[in-house]
Amino acid sequence: MGRLRLLGTETRRTLIPTAGYGSSTRPASLPKRYTTAHEWILYDSDTSIGTTGITDYAQSSLGDVVFVELPTPGTEVAAGEPLGAVESVKAASDIYAPVSGVVHEVNEQLSDEPGLLNKSPEMLGWLCRIKLSNPAEVETLLTEEAYKAHCEADEH
Amino acid sequence: MGKRGMASDAGKETLLKTGLYDFHVKHGAKMVPFAGYSMPLSYGTVGQVTAHNHVRTAVGLFDVGHMVQSFIRGPTAPAFLEWITPSGFASLGHFSSQLSVILNDNGGIIDDTVICRHDDTTYYVVTNAGRRLEDLAWFKEKIEQWNAELGGKDGKVEIEVLEDQGLVALQGPEAPKVLQKLTSYDLTDLAFGKSTYADITGVRCHIARGGYTGEDGFEISIPPAHTVAITETLLQGPVQLTGLGARDSLRLEAGMCLYGHDLNEDISPIEAALTWVIPKPRREKGGFIGAETVLQQLKDGPTKRRVGLIVDDAPAREGAAIVSEEQEPIGTVTSGIPSPTLGTNIAMGYVKSGFHKKGNSVLVQVRNKTRKATLTPMPFVPTKYYRGKGIQSP
Repeated sequence: MGRLRLLGTETRRTLIPTAGYGSSTRPASLPKRYTTAHEWILYDSDTSIGTTGITDYAQSSLGDVVFVELPTPGTEVAAGEPLGAVESVKAASDIYAPVSGVVHEVNEQLSDEPGLLNKSPEMLGWLCRIKLSNPAEVETLLTEEAYKAHCEADEH
Repeated sequence: MGKRGMASDAGKETLLKTGLYDFHVKHGAKMVPFAGYSMPLSYGTVGQVTAHNHVRTAVGLFDVGHMVQSFIRGPTAPAFLEWITPSGFASLGHFSSQLSVILNDNGGIIDDTVICRHDDTTYYVVTNAGRRLEDLAWFKEKIEQWNAELGGKDGKVEIEVLEDQGLVALQGPEAPKVLQKLTSYDLTDLAFGKSTYADITGVRCHIARGGYTGEDGFEISIPPAHTVAITETLLQGPVQLTGLGARDSLRLEAGMCLYGHDLNEDISPIEAALTWVIPKPRREKGGFIGAETVLQQLKDGPTKRRVGLIVDDAPAREGAAIVSEEQEPIGTVTSGIPSPTLGTNIAMGYVKSGFHKKGNSVLVQVRNKTRKATLTPMPFVPTKYYRGKGIQSP
């Protein structure tokens, strides 16, 4: 498995639209956080909406993704509970909600093009947006540095 | 994210190594526990789909040296083999192979095996690594019993296990071209299901035409001292090393069973849709271990049957429940993957008799949602065996 290659935060911010509220004007303090189960979340405190997906490390370990199971908008989810699933030839992987809240929107494009998860896991391949019920949960998640360290530990 | 699936079994005991272990590590293999051995799952950064497609379109090389190779010899060897299996070995041509099953007293499958008749008294037997202990204990017990009572008076039977003998599989449409460069034996004389002894780079090897992918190819049995050198030599031109990941998706596309998943001691060959390994006279006369159940099931029909499925939306993996359109539980998936060749989700599993007709619609439960599935004939991907000079594979 390849080493973790995270893209620069600046690129990511401009490419991930946050629920159509005009992401280019977002302040530079949007925190991107990670879970030990290899999900990422980009949280927008103005709207209380977090965009979530699986990390590049996760996609490279999965291999070619052929199917993405997405939650139904309106579904209530609790942090750590199954949110959906990703299927590759190798295996099925559950995706867990990084935070609690209500599913606000899902990335419908993944139904037609599951390979987006491999091509652009942390940008175009976002999975869904969650309206957070407890925004403080974001702070409990891993920072980019901590997540990087977690992945490196995983490799050994 | 939490991973499920992948047919590998993590053993806590010390893992065994084939003669090619260091070779795999040198070639960047990701080694995983499988059937008590440390075996290559994949090599370098080559993904399962790429490796799979390479075997379908060019040629891949697999280490299958974990499998158990033996000779069963003796004047009564044919009769002995027709006792411990339901297949026909007395009339098999020399250097011809037959897929068969070793049955327990209840007609359940102890293992599936390929047996090649070399001459009237010598048979080359390949069995699964994961069943090594069970098979060898069974052989020992049955040989003792045979020699003491049933066949002993006409000549005893013995088994020789070829310890550390190398076994590699060269699989794919370009396999004959690659191998022909290394041997003076004319491979066009070797049709699917046939074997020969031939020199590869001057070393006498056993070459069997066939494999576990549905492609044309060879399984090459190599003396221990030469396994690494010959494998190095085979790894040339278009040949790519291929691991267990691709092996699993290739065999499933070809509709072939994986012991411990699609077959076990509680499944009979009739239920497993392997009736074809039992020649017609034996279906009537029996005379093999487990015959009572097998003949009964042939007469009354089995209660469950192995079937192929194409599942909509999500791939169904091993353990997924199969239910009827009326939500009645009717079976279980035993292997399933998204097919790299077809782009659809293929699976095999067992359903109650009556639901087993090809074309039937059933439902499969994946993550608490039911998905539509259609019973589909296997192989899912047509096999491309070499049937002999001038004969087209159907």
